[in-house]
Amino acid sequence: MRTKQRNRLILAIVIVAFVAVSAALALTALNKNINLFYSPTMIVNGEAPKDRMFRAGGMVSVGSVQRDPETLAVSFRLNDGANEVTVKYKGILPDLFREEQGIVVQGKLAPDGTIIASEVLAKHDENYMPPEVQEALDTAKKMGVTGAEKE
Amino acid sequence: MLPELGNFALILAMSIALVQGVIPLVGAARGIPGWIAFARPAVWAQFLFLLISFGILTYAFIVNDFSVAYVANNSNSALPLGYRISAVWGGHEGSLLLWVMLMGAWSAAVGLFSKRLPPEMVARVLAVMGLVSAGFAAFVVFTSNPFDRYYPAPVEGRDLNPLLQDIGLILHPPMLYMGYVGFSVAFAFAIAALLGGKLDAAWARWSRPWTITAWMFLTLGIALGSWWAYYELGWGGWWFWDPVENASFLPWLTGTALMHSLAVSEKRSTFKSWTVLLAIFAFSLCLLGTFLVRSGVLTSVHAFASDPTRGVFVLMLLAIVVGVSLTIYAWRAPQVKSAGNFALLSRETFLLSNNVLLVVATATILLGTIYPLILDALNLGKISVGPPYFNAVFIPLMIPLIIALGIGPLSRWKQDEFSRLAKLLRGALLGSLVLGVLLPWLLFDSFEPMVILGTALSLWLVFTVFLDWLHRSRHKANLWKGLFGQPLSFYGMSLAHLGVAVTAIGITYSSYYSLEKDLRMAPGDELELGGYLFRFEGVQSNHGPNYTATEGVISVSRDGKQIDTLHTQKRIYTAQQMPMTEAGIDPGLFRDLYVALGEPLGDGGWAVRIYYKPFVRWIWLGGLFMAVGGILAASDRRYRLVAKRKAEGKLGAKFVAQES
Repeated sequence: MRTKQRNRLILAIVIVAFVAVSAALALTALNKNINLFYSPTMIVNGEAPKDRMFRAGGMVSVGSVQRDPETLAVSFRLNDGANEVTVKYKGILPDLFREEQGIVVQGKLAPDGTIIASEVLAKHDENYMPPEVQEALDTAKKMGVTGAEKE
Repeated sequence: MLPELGNFALILAMSIALVQGVIPLVGAARGIPGWIAFARPAVWAQFLFLLISFGILTYAFIVNDFSVAYVANNSNSALPLGYRISAVWGGHEGSLLLWVMLMGAWSAAVGLFSKRLPPEMVARVLAVMGLVSAGFAAFVVFTSNPFDRYYPAPVEGRDLNPLLQDIGLILHPPMLYMGYVGFSVAFAFAIAALLGGKLDAAWARWSRPWTITAWMFLTLGIALGSWWAYYELGWGGWWFWDPVENASFLPWLTGTALMHSLAVSEKRSTFKSWTVLLAIFAFSLCLLGTFLVRSGVLTSVHAFASDPTRGVFVLMLLAIVVGVSLTIYAWRAPQVKSAGNFALLSRETFLLSNNVLLVVATATILLGTIYPLILDALNLGKISVGPPYFNAVFIPLMIPLIIALGIGPLSRWKQDEFSRLAKLLRGALLGSLVLGVLLPWLLFDSFEPMVILGTALSLWLVFTVFLDWLHRSRHKANLWKGLFGQPLSFYGMSLAHLGVAVTAIGITYSSYYSLEKDLRMAPGDELELGGYLFRFEGVQSNHGPNYTATEGVISVSRDGKQIDTLHTQKRIYTAQQMPMTEAGIDPGLFRDLYVALGEPLGDGGWAVRIYYKPFVRWIWLGGLFMAVGGILAASDRRYRLVAKRKAEGKLGAKFVAQES
């Protein structure tokens, strides 16, 4: 039965080593591909990362959507009730994109503080509000009271 | 009056399920024949009342009874009849009623097709299923009752979510649920075997056809969902690594591992406690999937309502199932003796690597899916994990899996020799490498390393499957008999493995060679893409029973010859004023032409998506292969034969000798 035990040991070592390597690789990959969420207020305060992708969400500001007549380039502003950021995007917007709709964008920050979006997400439900956006609005509302006193 | 009867029938079914979960279990433990025999009639009664309940809800949809809140929220009198029926599972409450009803159907099927199994075993299996059933029925009755009334009744319903008004979505949920619920059978068999202390080859053999059938439905459900996303979401993607997709993919991966590990348990009487653990995991992941999708922690098309009590309820069900079954496992599994002994190079090892790879894949996807939820729940910030993570972890795991998949079926149980396998497989290896380079070059004039890898792996699978077929026929009297006289399960396995190759080709080619163009087009504008000329003819108005549409017309020609005229619509569904894009597709085995209308850009110009997608259909075709393979494998006659011969533990070993 020596070989049986030896075989089991070899198998066990191989499996453990394999799982350990996979776990390490998975965690590295996870670390590289996490997109944090920031509200317009946080972005205006300079909390958003400069060199990696992140997500931002808010309401599309009324009258802020501007289209280029020749290409698919579009820009609009996102607000959380307190602050606004400008988003630039090139491509087709989702069906449910419209003013005063809560949306989430994924992209990078440009030096001038606008977001260059690679993706614009609006979910398929007329009353739907992305929970991140709802929370951002609520936070901004709370902060807004104190902010008003300052001004 | 009728909806109240439906509610009453549901409550009756729940009570029966509870009794069905207790009495036979006690009977089997104490050896009371009357209590053991109670299981089957209880199942019939439970299923009957569930059918009545489900039928009454369906009837309420057919006759537009908007006094029922669920009907009013999910239907509309302008909705065509077919969609009114599918709207029964178009919302949270009804889809759970469908779940419970299917649970009853699976229980009834087990009751019907297990006449030759030992009565205590059947009693335990049906009891475990009864308990799960009772849990879910309680979930429906107490938190998600589809029979709740509106008073006064609204005149008109709010309509079904337009995304769900589609043939793909009529079929997708029932298929997926058949799969989810089907894994409860494998789970029930595992728990029953643990309780009875008879974890032997016979148990694995009984469990196999059920597991394969459940897996087959899950495969179909996932493939349908992916196909639907492709043509209905309007931007041509077929898999997004969205948490709700992962929720169905996780039990599929574990279920695939379970299917293969059951084969070892049956034939070699080893891996048994591992198999039981997999059965528990597979079903727990089904429950986790239900929790993720139904609780509102995720927001998507699938999350209908975010009522926290519902999430807590499913989470509790999940905790009870995992907790109780792992306790039983810890209590009973140490008594399981693993009989088999195998060399490092043997079919057991290949199947073990299959299991390890699939389980690691499950774990990494699970990590990426629930990590953001856990952080959020602990208030540590809001994050999302994107497709790059999943691709980075999943694809490298599939490469060794496919390599092993080619060798596994050709290897011998217990012990094999490297020189024998090398001799057998070198032709296939060489062929797949050479053609792996040649094929992409001939088809697409390209040398992309990942494409070469994908092609070579797929060809490797194809070659080894046919090699296996030839190899197995050499012992038969003549070639004809050898090729066509194999057991059905062999054809099933081969077809399913071919399906993996077909899907892999589809994924590789459509990911690397798709041409996608989003642009502004005015009537008369033309675009050349992938050798096809797309001409935007303009837009016209159109309307359906419950929507109005702006329809973009795009004609497609190749070398001056008109091929097709594609119609893509931007619909506004009247009841909810909800916009929807309907893509126009010219399908083909080797390429899809895909157009979708974006938003109007002024001056008669429209944003338009025009895609050329080679081999994209192969992705779902492969899924179909796998599903048909599953049907063939599950209907192999040896499963019925064994049922007839009062199976015993040693039977498995005898069969190995005959078959290998």
